[in-house]
Amino acid sequence: MTRRIRVLVAKAGLDGHDRGARVVAAALRDAGMEVIYTGLHQTPEMIVSAAAQEDVDVIGLSLHSGAHMELFRRVHALMSERGLAGVLLTGGGIIPDEDAAALAAEGVGKLFGPGTPTGELASYIKQEVARRRAEGERA
Amino acid sequence: MVEGRLIEGVLRGEEAAIARSITMVEERLPGARALLAGLATHTGKALRVGLTGAPGAGKSTLLAALLSALRRAGKRVAVLAVDPSSPKTGGALLGDRVRMAMHAGDSGVFVRSMAGRAALGALAPAAGEAVDVLDAAGFDVVFLESVGAGQADHDIALECDVTLVLVAPGSGDGIQALKSGILEIADLWVVTKGDRPEAAGLKAELLASLSLAADARAIEERVVTVAALGGQGVPALLAKIEQAGAVARAPGSLEPRQLLRLRRRLLAAAAELCAERLPPDAPQLAELATRIKSGDLTVIGAARALLSGGNA
Repeated sequence: MTRRIRVLVAKAGLDGHDRGARVVAAALRDAGMEVIYTGLHQTPEMIVSAAAQEDVDVIGLSLHSGAHMELFRRVHALMSERGLAGVLLTGGGIIPDEDAAALAAEGVGKLFGPGTPTGELASYIKQEVARRRAEGERA
Repeated sequence: MVEGRLIEGVLRGEEAAIARSITMVEERLPGARALLAGLATHTGKALRVGLTGAPGAGKSTLLAALLSALRRAGKRVAVLAVDPSSPKTGGALLGDRVRMAMHAGDSGVFVRSMAGRAALGALAPAAGEAVDVLDAAGFDVVFLESVGAGQADHDIALECDVTLVLVAPGSGDGIQALKSGILEIADLWVVTKGDRPEAAGLKAELLASLSLAADARAIEERVVTVAALGGQGVPALLAKIEQAGAVARAPGSLEPRQLLRLRRRLLAAAAELCAERLPPDAPQLAELATRIKSGDLTVIGAARALLSGGNA
């Protein structure tokens, strides 16, 4: 039996719009994943600490506040500090393409904009987690 | 020998080692048994507290309040929150962290969410073992929280020193549901949302219903009303939890719960070994099935032969 994929879905920072995060959380559950939803107003420290305790494969951040550069970078840095470099950091919200590209160059995963079919997100996560697990086993 | 390093890490209380160990146990990864065996002698120190109740009864909110009180007292606390998996997709949405968000990032609090997986209506098979990991990691108190649904309540009671059953006012038939079997498993009954006007009525109803089966005064001692958001009743509840825990864990205590727990573990381990030795595609199964079909053997006879390890 293959290991279940565990995903932490979090809303970082001050924005209070969690409809997107909830829709994504439910969609990933329906795709067979175990989704841990943390709720609103999480600091990067809270998110990374929760991810460490939950031993997740994926952190999904939802951001609509415009603070995505700061928050993704901070979460990404904390992940390295806490030994979570193998965890996929992805997410979505209102994020301009050039910002997503800049974050991708720093090692953040794909970021998804409004209107993305949830199936696309689920298959990206499945693919990426399978790849990382295989890499982890080889290492 | 990944489990050797994990054991050391867990005993030192390292977050990453604890987290990975629970995954190993949950996923039955290679080394999980050796890991549990290595930790076994270090368990038994933590106070294990079970929490059960209908969805919306206030389990996570009460837990958050109990965590705050225990943290103020300088205790290190772990929570294992079990939610059901979808029987259709196997996926799960685990949301207990939302109500415990104020404790995220506190190094003295470890919260782990677990999906019920195959065991619908029962406790996740690995839940008790995950509690063992948290116990060995040196947490003073370990909470095991799960939606009350039939068998799960009973499983929780077996895995814990003290079991709390939560009832919320306005849940209508809450007490009706409680009558069937759940009465015996609770050490403490908690009326939640105690700031609502209907709470007093619910408590009276609960007392009346419980007193049918036991001494009324003893029962009254075991029913506590809380309003967890404001913290009312939480210190009193905590005192009762600690008191009940001390009784259950006193050396030489005749409390058979620990023995029941071990009995359950033993059965589960035996069933697991059975399943391992007899995968669905095992050649013996095919052979025996053919013989059953031809009338040579009965199903029960063949099963007996399988269990005794001999040939039918």
